[in-house]
Amino acid sequence: MNDSFLLDGEDIPFTPGQTVMQAAAAAGKYIPHLCWHPDFAAHGSCKLCTVKIGGRFATSCTVRAAAGQEVENRTDELDAKRRTLLQLLFVEGNHFCPSCEKSGDCALQATAYEMGMLTPHFDHFYPDRPVDASHPDVLLEFNRCILCELCVRASREVDGKNVFALAGRGTRSHLVVNSDSGRLADTDFTASDRAAAVCPVGVILKKRLGFTVPIGARTYDLNPISAMGANAGQQADSRANAAHEKEVG
Amino acid sequence: MATAELEDILERHRRDPLRLLQILIELQARDGWLPPATLSAVATALGLPRARVESTASFYSFLHTHPAGDYRILFSDNITDRMLGNMALMQALCGKLWLEPGKVSEDGLVSVATTSCTGMCDQGPALLANGRTITRLAPERIDEMAHLIRRRVPVGDWPPEWFHVEDNIRRRDVLLDHGLAPGQALAVALDRGATSILGEIERSALRGRGGAGFGSDIKWRSCRDAWGDAHYVICNADEGEPGTFKDRVLLASYFDLVVDGMCIAGMAIGANKGFIYLRGEYRYLLDRLETRLAQRREQGLLGRNILGCGFTFDIEIHLGAGAYICGEESALIESLEGKPGKPRIRPPFPVTNGYRGQPTTVNNVETLALAALIAVRGGEWFRAIGTPASTGTKLLSVSGDVERPGIYEFPFGVTMAEVLDAAGACDTQAVTSAGAAGHCLAADEFGRRIAFEDVATGGSIMVFDASRDMFEVARNFAHFFAHESCGFCTPCRVGTAVNARLMDKLAADHGSPYDLDEMAKMHRLMQGASHCGLGNTATIAIDDIVAKFRPAFERRLHSPEYEPAFDLDAALSQARRMTGRDDPGAHLGDNLEALAEERAHARDAAKPAPSSAAESAPSKDLQP
Repeated sequence: MNDSFLLDGEDIPFTPGQTVMQAAAAAGKYIPHLCWHPDFAAHGSCKLCTVKIGGRFATSCTVRAAAGQEVENRTDELDAKRRTLLQLLFVEGNHFCPSCEKSGDCALQATAYEMGMLTPHFDHFYPDRPVDASHPDVLLEFNRCILCELCVRASREVDGKNVFALAGRGTRSHLVVNSDSGRLADTDFTASDRAAAVCPVGVILKKRLGFTVPIGARTYDLNPISAMGANAGQQADSRANAAHEKEVG
Repeated sequence: MATAELEDILERHRRDPLRLLQILIELQARDGWLPPATLSAVATALGLPRARVESTASFYSFLHTHPAGDYRILFSDNITDRMLGNMALMQALCGKLWLEPGKVSEDGLVSVATTSCTGMCDQGPALLANGRTITRLAPERIDEMAHLIRRRVPVGDWPPEWFHVEDNIRRRDVLLDHGLAPGQALAVALDRGATSILGEIERSALRGRGGAGFGSDIKWRSCRDAWGDAHYVICNADEGEPGTFKDRVLLASYFDLVVDGMCIAGMAIGANKGFIYLRGEYRYLLDRLETRLAQRREQGLLGRNILGCGFTFDIEIHLGAGAYICGEESALIESLEGKPGKPRIRPPFPVTNGYRGQPTTVNNVETLALAALIAVRGGEWFRAIGTPASTGTKLLSVSGDVERPGIYEFPFGVTMAEVLDAAGACDTQAVTSAGAAGHCLAADEFGRRIAFEDVATGGSIMVFDASRDMFEVARNFAHFFAHESCGFCTPCRVGTAVNARLMDKLAADHGSPYDLDEMAKMHRLMQGASHCGLGNTATIAIDDIVAKFRPAFERRLHSPEYEPAFDLDAALSQARRMTGRDDPGAHLGDNLEALAEERAHARDAAKPAPSSAAESAPSKDLQP
């Protein structure tokens, strides 16, 4: 007999060692998230995947599933908190969706739609974050960074390159590049790196491909992020990769 | 820096990447900052990605990746320093040096800025000059300091009395009057063995003194039982909670008891190695502590074969570099491993996966000293002191509006009123019970008891008399947390920053009840959604102060409705200057008033409309 727990009243099977997020994703259930990705170890920083287990808040990407758990996920209370977290992420950076080439493929934007976020609500911080256009094939648009460290993890764990790291503290936390100059062009980064395709927002952008797929026909234009379960991020990845392959091939 | 000097430092640290932070602290002390080339050289020498070195270098407040001047003056900016006039002194120093706070002088000579509480609240205002503690600041000292800096006199040659730090022990009980010789507790413990000592700790019902109150015997036993290549004892001397300074006194004057406690913990959990993580603000204690450790090694009280019993345990002191978050045990371990102090995902907990992934027990300085005392006097003896759920005594750091600030050792169960009375507090309106991160008590609560089951505390008691503006207390705390949030999780990183901005908005007379609701919303979000204790506790005191001292906030609310953070009319002044207009039509003020009047009419016409608050709510979201 499989172990199982209840997610919003629905029975979800799990194998020992799985997190609540992993089990939910395997069952095709959507728990909102930004820093989690099925291919990487959990980070637990964005807190969008906060659920309630037995009445207590828990981060579903780091908490282990246990038999008989009652997990609340898409409740008004939790979605309201997620909306606030999204608003905090929006005002902390410089996110101008209408002029962003990631629009439609951006998990932050798609999750905000899913949660019904209509305005940024808080005063904008307007941080000063210069872009890095030094690399021939990839642009770094730091204004949109949500500090999820997916690129850090991908570069370290898949590409074996350690191209990225987070530096600073608090709201001064920022992505840095592993070179003496701090420029991407001075690293061994390439557009075929996994780290080049894993950014959930519009920081790591492959040059000359921004509008290959027109707005309106993009990942989250076709389906809401909640309909894609765990594959949301991966589908956006693969679309970017396919476009890249078309370009180079 | 000369390559030879860099090589020397790297060699002394065995080119060990786990010692990255210690290496950077030394380089910072020598050069005054960490130039990009230094970071690159260190990365190459340690075999680390340069970006990893930059991560660490840019995380800690006392490490500078940009030039910060030959003289780096950091005024302690706890609320108690503020109450003692630190801001006026900082302005005076800046004035004399022709400086703006936070900026380096044109000639690169000096910078003056603020830093979080330096743990000198009983003898403030205080500052750090190139990392060295100066207490009891007064206008004359500031005058002379400006002269010394302009004449480029090294900080080491400044008047020695400036660096004097008092213990200010006001009430002693079983701990501060322990009467034990160095090593005495350790000898008893070695004689009795680990099982017996664990039994005594269990009987004592000792709970951690950092504030959380976790059972020490459970921590030690689970660590002992955890499988690993090596076990570690860490003494958490990162005493960063604003208003607390009792660990400083224990380290300065009761160090042998603390070291005995560490050795006993080592014996109990099966460790041969311990670390003291000493907050950077207490750097002035380092040489003294190192000397004493060396003496103990010579006396057979530390190192190989302690007291001839075949037990080996040694201690290394690691410095912090200005990061409150490192008081959180998993962040402390990250820092000890040379990384930014960001709390780990738990579970697994340090008792099974701590330093280098090995079983590690992290104990507060005071807990370790008490463990040594319990080894000698026994668990039953200890348990008879205090209350059933909170055994023993507690060291309280008392500061603020009291006649006798300093250290008070009381049995648990003492009322706040008794503590205030002992310290000579009059006309008290409020007291923090656990620094900036705990509850703030109003006068009608002073009958409450200091104990885990009532008012839990790490010992930071800051006292505010009726003359104090509690709004400024809350504002100081809000900025403290915004500065100290590690930035890892969204709710704490951005939530603390939003709170600090809201408090500044109120301070600038742009506040409305809406802003207070926003802070309450941040409180509800951060409690529960945050990754660690910092975010979970960062709004407790602020929320208490808003609730209990509301008039201090209400007199700053200039509009019953939403107010933007900026002055709309002032924002137009540039356009008026450019167009040369100054007619009424070029000002927003009148239009706004007319608009408000119109709205009021509309509301009156719609009466009775009980849902008017709900109707106006969405419009708040549409504000810029």
